[in-house]
Amino acid sequence: MDAKEIIARRVARELRDNTLVNLGIGLPTLVARYVPEGMLVAFQSENGIIGFGARPPEGMEDPNLTDAGGGFISALPGAFAFDSATSFALIRGGHLDMTVLGGLQVDAKGRLANWKVPGRMVAGMGGAMDLVAGAKRVVVAMQHAAKGEAKIVPELTLPPTAARPVSLVVTDLAVIEPTADGLVLRERAPGVAVEEILAATAAPLILPDTIPEMPL
Amino acid sequence: MRRKALTPAEAAALVPDGASVMIGGFLGVGSPRRVIDALVARGAKGLTVIGNDTGRPDLGIGKLVSAGCVAKVIVSHIGTNPVTQQKMLAGEMEVDLVPQGTLAERIRAGGAGLGGVLTPTGLGTSVAEGKQVVTVDGRDFLLETPLRADVALLHCYEADYYANLTYRLTAQNFNPVMAMAADIVIAEPDEVVPIGVIPPDHVRTPGILVTHLVERPQ
Repeated sequence: MDAKEIIARRVARELRDNTLVNLGIGLPTLVARYVPEGMLVAFQSENGIIGFGARPPEGMEDPNLTDAGGGFISALPGAFAFDSATSFALIRGGHLDMTVLGGLQVDAKGRLANWKVPGRMVAGMGGAMDLVAGAKRVVVAMQHAAKGEAKIVPELTLPPTAARPVSLVVTDLAVIEPTADGLVLRERAPGVAVEEILAATAAPLILPDTIPEMPL
Repeated sequence: MRRKALTPAEAAALVPDGASVMIGGFLGVGSPRRVIDALVARGAKGLTVIGNDTGRPDLGIGKLVSAGCVAKVIVSHIGTNPVTQQKMLAGEMEVDLVPQGTLAERIRAGGAGLGGVLTPTGLGTSVAEGKQVVTVDGRDFLLETPLRADVALLHCYEADYYANLTYRLTAQNFNPVMAMAADIVIAEPDEVVPIGVIPPDHVRTPGILVTHLVERPQ
């Protein structure tokens, strides 16, 4: 199982029946593949639809039906399409149960940075600032480190996406929960030792008595 | 009022150089592609473009960026267009980044006669710099001001000759709010139908808001 699949499978276990969930572009999109059997999750795409499905077969795409990354999608029976103001009213208004976002950095306070690397890359925040400010739960799905450089750091060095801390961080090595006392190491990936996680993490981690392997 | 449908070139001639222009669409989906092409063909200059993103270099608002029609963009995302990034770093184009939900609400406020909106989005980030924080019932919000434009360029699915509009699926995005927030509102439909064909419940943008209608694709 590769790093992305570990992350997507573990995040999928955070899904709950009959909820509205927004998946960010990239890695978070993979979570939709691992919805537990029999569970009904409505996925929102911020560009204006709830209840979308997989890309249609070649030649059956609709140019007016795409996801937030511009890829073709399908509309499931019962889907609802809407404008951008409605989409973000759903996100900010407490109607979105969970969002899954990619991350460049998370710090000891649980703050996320994911939209700009000053001097190198300016993507823009798109919907990320609204999602972190408004969703009931914010789950960050990201690689634990980038090219050997820690992404979980004592204090953000990149511009923050919001002041509000995220709810959970899922990486290819660990599940980490930001709390008022600091970052708590909740789970480790199969076969990964606590020491390995500590070595790849720049921020201090609180270690409970038991740190089980993550269920996948 | 009945409207005669314009060619895309006639519509593009209504957009003066230097104008502020709202353009519907999300990565080009729901963007008025024929009017954008006509603006490029006419060699429009100095536009301030308000939209969700700058698309790709050959897609949506990105076509205007590539052709040098744009002096400034007010958008939520430029990550899919390296030409925007190059022009921004070279100082050839100004980029004002606004969170997507805040952009939608600022445009809505502009079209709804509101003096602004209060949003939690952007608190504790660079977006909050220089903005007033207002506390309501113990919660902090940022005061975001309304946005209006000289022209709005919309894409829609159907229009009738009153310029009543319908949209399809994810091609709605910013089009309905922009229809309320500009002095000149130009709609580019995929299909034009006789008055009375669109049921009243299906009209998403009423024709009273639309000043000009573009003909159906040839």
